[in-house]
Amino acid sequence: MNIAVCVKRVPLSGGRWVLNADSTDIDTESSFLGFTLSPHEECAAEAAVQLVEANGGSSTVISLGVAESAEQIRDLLAVGIDRGVVVETDGTEWDPQATAAALTEQVRAGVPDAGAFDLVLLGTEAADTADYQVGIRMAHALGWPVVTNVKGLTISDGVARCERAVGSHREVYEVALPAVITVKDGINIPRYPSVPGRIKARKKPIDTVAGEHPAPRLEKVRLELPEVEERSATVLGTGADAVPALVDVFRQIGVI
Amino acid sequence: MIVVYADHDLGILDPLSLQAVTAAKALDADVQVLVVGADGRSTADELGAHGATVVHLAVHDALTDYTPLAAARAAQQLVTELSPQAVISAGTPRGNEVLAHLGALLDAPMSADTVSITLSASGDHEVVRNRWGGNLLETAIVHAPVLLATIAPHTVTAVESPESVTMREFTPALDPIDTAVRVIDRTGGGGGGIGLADARVIVSGGRGVGSAEGFESLDQLAELLGGAVGCSRVVTSAGWRPHSEQVGQTGTKVAPDLYIACGISGATQHIAGCRSAKTIIAINTDKDAPIMGFAHYAVIGDLHSVMPALVEATRAAKG
Ligand SMILES: Cc1cc2nc3c(=O)[nH]c(=O)nc-3n(C[C@H](O)[C@H](O)[C@H](O)COP(=O)(O)OP(=O)(O)OC[C@H]3O[C@@H](n4cnc5c(N)ncnc54)[C@H](O)[C@@H]3O)c2cc1C
Repeated sequence: MNIAVCVKRVPLSGGRWVLNADSTDIDTESSFLGFTLSPHEECAAEAAVQLVEANGGSSTVISLGVAESAEQIRDLLAVGIDRGVVVETDGTEWDPQATAAALTEQVRAGVPDAGAFDLVLLGTEAADTADYQVGIRMAHALGWPVVTNVKGLTISDGVARCERAVGSHREVYEVALPAVITVKDGINIPRYPSVPGRIKARKKPIDTVAGEHPAPRLEKVRLELPEVEERSATVLGTGADAVPALVDVFRQIGVI
Repeated sequence: MIVVYADHDLGILDPLSLQAVTAAKALDADVQVLVVGADGRSTADELGAHGATVVHLAVHDALTDYTPLAAARAAQQLVTELSPQAVISAGTPRGNEVLAHLGALLDAPMSADTVSITLSASGDHEVVRNRWGGNLLETAIVHAPVLLATIAPHTVTAVESPESVTMREFTPALDPIDTAVRVIDRTGGGGGGIGLADARVIVSGGRGVGSAEGFESLDQLAELLGGAVGCSRVVTSAGWRPHSEQVGQTGTKVAPDLYIACGISGATQHIAGCRSAKTIIAINTDKDAPIMGFAHYAVIGDLHSVMPALVEATRAAKG
């Protein structure tokens, strides 16, 4: 089974986001805290590694983004993904339709010397833009079925059984491969890279292809920080000495 | 005219769909609602009470339970027939999914998690939408004749606006491929976090709790206050607590009366899940942790000494 996992490099914030001067993007210079992937996507990669461990085959991570997206791919190679592909952009944002088209093209290309992909895994929504649609658009372009919001996945005899959490119960879906499945954080607990994993990852291939950016149809104009009440917590005290004051707050707000 | 796709489960309307109807009413008085599946018939009165003029009920033998692509096919047929200015839906998992399918079928853009919409006759609609779980707002132009958008939960309050609603049944033309992906079974034990989403009090723990055992005092306090235990992602990825208890952007969004954050730093992705809490109390060794900018009250100190004492004092106060 050949599995593709699509991931997106995003900045990691601490307590607050800071915007650049013309409010078109997050300021990653002054508030720099590094880059990461969505937990949904880390789980998608973990699912791919587990499926290949159980069924054989190969796993490929595909990322549309700046050349440095290779750093996030390298992290996933260290936990067992076999190879990576960067569809390189100049850092301008691509809308979901353009993103889906570029990723679909890489899925169609298949795995060098190993044939076509049987399964594409993505996060249900990206960490930053949360468009909830790239996987669905890819499925339409590929002519494959798609299940989204998946929190439980097993594959046998070419059929994927997917569970989706809805309130207090789970819905069950079954689809024949090839298919697109978008997963959610919590479907598994992603493993941490080991030192041997990191060493192996250095030798695994990451290919780069150039992306051609079509005009956006969902076109970002500007970003802003939502108005939030500026608060500074009232300090009730230090250590266990503050407990009586805490109990007073419980009384005031009526929880005891 | 606006078409709203109503999200219902076996005939029970998702309350967020009424918010979507109210949002649509603000754009146009003529709001026509698509309900998919014969079991959705029961939703018509509630939709009419909130301002739907027509309920289009898509009925088909193959539509026995939620079937996302078929729902989008039905919506596509309404778009062709009625030429609405916009198709909108609640930003629920199903609403987002059906509108994304519709976007793919129409080869049209779709704006998810939208907080405001300005329609334009020229087809360059302006939307404001959430990014990063609502920690950032994006203003965007959607270049499309028909705007497709899902409405972020709780950006509008559903208001009644009674109309004499007409029910119109139709049978969408469906290919077998449209119904290939559908709910085939339901199982219990989902752990979807309903308990957490409805809890009035949440006692939440982060990395500072240190271990699975460290949650004992949090469990005890939650029980005393009739609440639930929550946690940060550091905690679920360490396997200390199940993911159903994770609060945040990729966990559950909660809005309790009281949220107690123990050993949680207050990363934006965690705050995305708890910023609607009425009162937030932080217990943290670091007086400069970002959580202090969101909490109403704070105790500076080691939660391992504060929490057991707080459990005792709360028990005593309850008598
Ligand atoms: C796209 C994306 C989505 C995410 N989604 C989520 C999500 O849904 N939920 C979520 O929680 N995170 C999420 N995260 C992760 C998030 O960015 C943070 O990494 C995480 O919330 C930090 O958890 P924490 O506060 O427990 O740990 P830390 O940030 O390490 O903070 C630990 C805190 O505990 C305090 N502390 C330590 N010891 C003690 C003690 N003995 N007593 C009292 N205080 C102590 C420290 O001072 C510190 O403030 C997401 C990240 C990304 C990129």
